[in-house]
Amino acid sequence: MVRVDGRGEGASLVRVRGLDKKYQRGSEEIHVLQGLNLDVEAGDFVAFMGPSGSGKTTLLNLLGGIDLPTAGTITVAGDEITHLSGSKLTAWRARHVGFIFQMYNLIPVLTAFQNVELPLLLTRLSKAERRRHVEIALSVVGLADRMHHYPRQLSGGQEQRVSIARAIVADPTFLLCDEPTGDLDRKSADEIMALVEELVNQYGKTVLMVTHDPLVAARAHTILHLDKGVLVEGVRAGQDVLAGGGA
Amino acid sequence: MKFLPLIFANLFRKKIRLTLTLNSFAVALFLFAFLAVVKDAFNRGSDVAGADRLVVINRVSIINTIPLKYAAQIQRIPGVKFVTHNNWFGGIYQEEKNFFPQFVIDPENQRQVFPELVVSDGQWNKFLKNRQGAIVGARTAQRFGLKIGDRIPLKTAIWGAGSWEFNIDGIYHGKRAEDDETQLWFQWDYFEERVPERMKGQVGWYVVKLDSPDYAVNVAKTIDETFANSPYETKTETESAFAASWVKQFGNIQFLILTIGSVVFFTLLLVTGNTMAISVRERTSELAVLKAIGFSDLTVLFFVLAESLFIALIGGLWGLALAYGLIPFMGAALNGLLPNLVLPPSILGLGLGVALLIGAASGLLPGLGAMRLRVVNALRRV
Repeated sequence: MVRVDGRGEGASLVRVRGLDKKYQRGSEEIHVLQGLNLDVEAGDFVAFMGPSGSGKTTLLNLLGGIDLPTAGTITVAGDEITHLSGSKLTAWRARHVGFIFQMYNLIPVLTAFQNVELPLLLTRLSKAERRRHVEIALSVVGLADRMHHYPRQLSGGQEQRVSIARAIVADPTFLLCDEPTGDLDRKSADEIMALVEELVNQYGKTVLMVTHDPLVAARAHTILHLDKGVLVEGVRAGQDVLAGGGA
Repeated sequence: MKFLPLIFANLFRKKIRLTLTLNSFAVALFLFAFLAVVKDAFNRGSDVAGADRLVVINRVSIINTIPLKYAAQIQRIPGVKFVTHNNWFGGIYQEEKNFFPQFVIDPENQRQVFPELVVSDGQWNKFLKNRQGAIVGARTAQRFGLKIGDRIPLKTAIWGAGSWEFNIDGIYHGKRAEDDETQLWFQWDYFEERVPERMKGQVGWYVVKLDSPDYAVNVAKTIDETFANSPYETKTETESAFAASWVKQFGNIQFLILTIGSVVFFTLLLVTGNTMAISVRERTSELAVLKAIGFSDLTVLFFVLAESLFIALIGGLWGLALAYGLIPFMGAALNGLLPNLVLPPSILGLGLGVALLIGAASGLLPGLGAMRLRVVNALRRV
């Protein structure tokens, strides 16, 4: 169950409390997130929606440990990440987070296989083990026959599939998707979302996704809206999300 | 090792840029090796000089001569083992560009004073019996295709006009690679016989072989004191110091070479540093992704440094290999103006070390930039 009232219980995989994020733009202070609370359980598929500048990507960056909050805490699988040092946070990301970006962000000089292998280079797996993991990940996304292709030899949808394979290959605690279909046509977007659903439903992955697209958001179990820095409303399988608003 | 495919993939991303950067290193290292061997050749005299040899010249300058009669007085000084004397001949073989040094020698003590320059007894004895005999260094003999029995004419304007004829009776070899094998020696008696009257009995300089290098300071002092206040005052110094002052006649070669070398390497540093900076800037988003998925700051720094070091290593080896292959030919093209151009392993090692240092330095700033890159900011730029 997803909660935004700050009363989630200990079973939450992701627990956010009083999350604040301010930016300084010149002399102006921009308060992007204001005392945000969130509880997400393992296996949930949450979509964050909201107008541009509402703080969706900022929230995702904070959850992924690539940005630091001004105040508040984020706890993932029992680890409070907001106070980790830079190097510990990097190690934490390698172990717990799978990123899927709008622009795929594959390394153009590496093949699909090598791109997917990247997160495994940070593990102690042998070359043979890495190979097995990569082949499985590429099979899951349906690209086992394209593993030696370079990104330029793949379509946008295929590139995003490689990106998803890279995100899941090290079996992270959760996946963070930032507009995963934002650069794709409808057909490719549907295929990608079907794949994400498969990861959730068949492989039990927890997915937190930012999107502008209501059709894409509708594939999630829960839709949360960000407005003026707080999560204000949501829908979960046709029901209202418990409570709403900030701290 | 597991990062190698990533490092190599990034290296070969822009092949033309990589080739140009590698060649920049190669040219710089080739130039470094060439300048180093030229400097080495200029300094060779002082490097190979015998520690137990002194050179006695006229106090005014080496162009001024000193009397032959000094030989006996020098020989009597305690600590002196042998004394020999030389004159610079400065003859021209066929045409001016065929330069090689020619010396008038005193056959009696030549081989005792310069034991590192070896002539067989048979050839030496033939030379002694032949008033017009000459001994030629192996390199000069090879250069002009001279062999024993050949007759060689040398023109000179210094010792009275005309052509001097010599018979080649022997060829000397140096015991070490760095020994000078370009000289031609001929006999004092023949020289003395042909020079104008006013030049008779005058030698260019003496070379004194000591019983021990420990006597060098005292013997040099004694020699100069012996001839003080005479019309031909002397200046005695070790052969090493003499060779160094001889090189100084050409100007401050060492400073010139160091300046050129420094400019070359500084330019190389700027070129490579700029290349690495551009290369890193082009990959900002990729580096950010690497950091997002868990590559540490130090690993990212390592990637950038590994690339610049690889360029330095391959470019450096390429340049040094070129130098190794081409320097002997360049030495030949200098027509004996300098002694053997020898490229010792120490210069190769030093060159490679400097190349790697420049590689590390040029990758350091861009690497630190990549290391400090904030993932959020970098991804926002995509």
